[in-house]
Amino acid sequence: MRLLEGRAHLVRVAGLFAAGLVVFVVIRALLVPADFGVYGHYRAGALDDARKLPVVHAGQATCAECHTDIAELRAKGRHARIGCESCHGAQVRHAKAPDEAKPERPNGRTTCVNCHAANVARPAKHPQVDVAEHPGDDTACIACHVPHQPGTAPEVK
Amino acid sequence: MDSVLHAVEGFMYPNEVELQWSVLIVLYPFITGLVAGAFILASLERIFRVEAVRPTYRLALLTALAFLLVAPLPLQLHLGHPERSFEMYLTPHTSSAMAMFGFVYLWYLMVVLLLEIWLDYRKDIVLLSQRTTGPLRLVYRALTLGSDDISPRALHTDDKVGWFVTLLGIPSAFLLHGYVGFIFGSIKANPWWSTPLMPIVFLFSAIVSGIALVMLMYMGFAWLREQPIDMECVDTIGRYLLYAFVIDFSLEMLDLLHRIYEADESFASLDFMVHTKLYTSHILIQIVLGTLLPIGLLAMVQVIRLSDAARRGLYASAGLLTLIGIFAMRWNVVIGGQLFSKSFLGYTTYKMGFATREGLLPAILLMILPFAILWVLVRLLPPWPREWEEAKPQEAPSVSA
Repeated sequence: MRLLEGRAHLVRVAGLFAAGLVVFVVIRALLVPADFGVYGHYRAGALDDARKLPVVHAGQATCAECHTDIAELRAKGRHARIGCESCHGAQVRHAKAPDEAKPERPNGRTTCVNCHAANVARPAKHPQVDVAEHPGDDTACIACHVPHQPGTAPEVK
Repeated sequence: MDSVLHAVEGFMYPNEVELQWSVLIVLYPFITGLVAGAFILASLERIFRVEAVRPTYRLALLTALAFLLVAPLPLQLHLGHPERSFEMYLTPHTSSAMAMFGFVYLWYLMVVLLLEIWLDYRKDIVLLSQRTTGPLRLVYRALTLGSDDISPRALHTDDKVGWFVTLLGIPSAFLLHGYVGFIFGSIKANPWWSTPLMPIVFLFSAIVSGIALVMLMYMGFAWLREQPIDMECVDTIGRYLLYAFVIDFSLEMLDLLHRIYEADESFASLDFMVHTKLYTSHILIQIVLGTLLPIGLLAMVQVIRLSDAARRGLYASAGLLTLIGIFAMRWNVVIGGQLFSKSFLGYTTYKMGFATREGLLPAILLMILPFAILWVLVRLLPPWPREWEEAKPQEAPSVSA
């Protein structure tokens, strides 16, 4: 007891810190998932969760199975490396039931400008247009341009 | 993004056009710097036995606490999902400097500041718990942790433990702000930030800003309370401020000279930026107005004999200019480091919002908040002698008469 004389308050504050530490350990045990860290610094179950998500993209190879002509045309042009679904959107439903889920034709005024609207941050060689100034304000881009084979005739009709 | 595109000069990569770190990220190192600096000033009295600064000891601790409580708020406001930030305490990754710093922050808050303040104020807390009434009494009772022991032996123990905690606190304060410099200095992709000198520069600028703030707070509170200013105290603080400032400025100039002499591939771009976009904030505000002028004012006090009133005026001016200069330094580091392209071929502009999540208004409110917290802390735990302590010297002559 003599040891505690004049030090009892320090024992209390040490107890408070210890209680805080215990609360932290308990909260951690309750909140951190049991499978955290099994494979790496993440929850192992996240992999299963990701696998359960519905697949929405069909993939380029699937598109090419039916749209052979377009795939061949595109492979020769400057858009060869752009995936079909980059412009046409996710098409797994269309791939599974071609007649029931018909994809809409992309609107050039919103799709093409994603890459081709003038922007100083883009390399100068990249084809760009000032959307407000470019001819055909009320016309879709595809009225003049061939998106599956840009840069080849007849580029502008 | 379109709103800032017109302000882009030359070539910027798309992800560089808009600044990701806003004025709130400027506030963060500024505030943590004030915390570290205020604590170092407190340690001058406690560890290095500079008795002249004793009147500011408790005020420095409370200032450090008030600002430390606000320090993480700019970061929380900056985050899209602030609630996720707490996960770094639950599942910290050892390779993440930010996650590790979460624990440094907690250590500094809980073990260093709160413990030291509690130990230093314990006698006052016990006496206040016996003398006050109403709900405040409950607060003081809770703060005593149920121990009323203020015997000489208990207070002696408090003093010894408090000294040890302060000793631990000095490297902790260095770690606290050294980290902030480290987080910038370790970004090797950014030549404006990437230098091993960054933590040291941040540390000394933190000491400078903290000392200046506590000096101003001490003078401000003395004026508000209509109490005389202890001139020996402010003279000593002014002297230490000058010493710290000279070291800080020398380090910054060393960094600058090194960059100029080395003149690596980024130099032309950075040099252009300092002479154009950053000219006002870097050359005029940070170096001339916020460094050379206050150093000149503080040095003037050392070489010219001036009246108390003149010295007070000079200290107040130098303190304010110092805070402006250090804020400009944080601004130039954080904002300046994002204004140029990593291609070194272009520059962008920082467009600050007003009443947006990361705009000027929340920044102003976040700078007011620590002063409001300090006001509450000072009301709760007055850093100046209590009336029962002040009464003693007045009573003594009447007894002898």
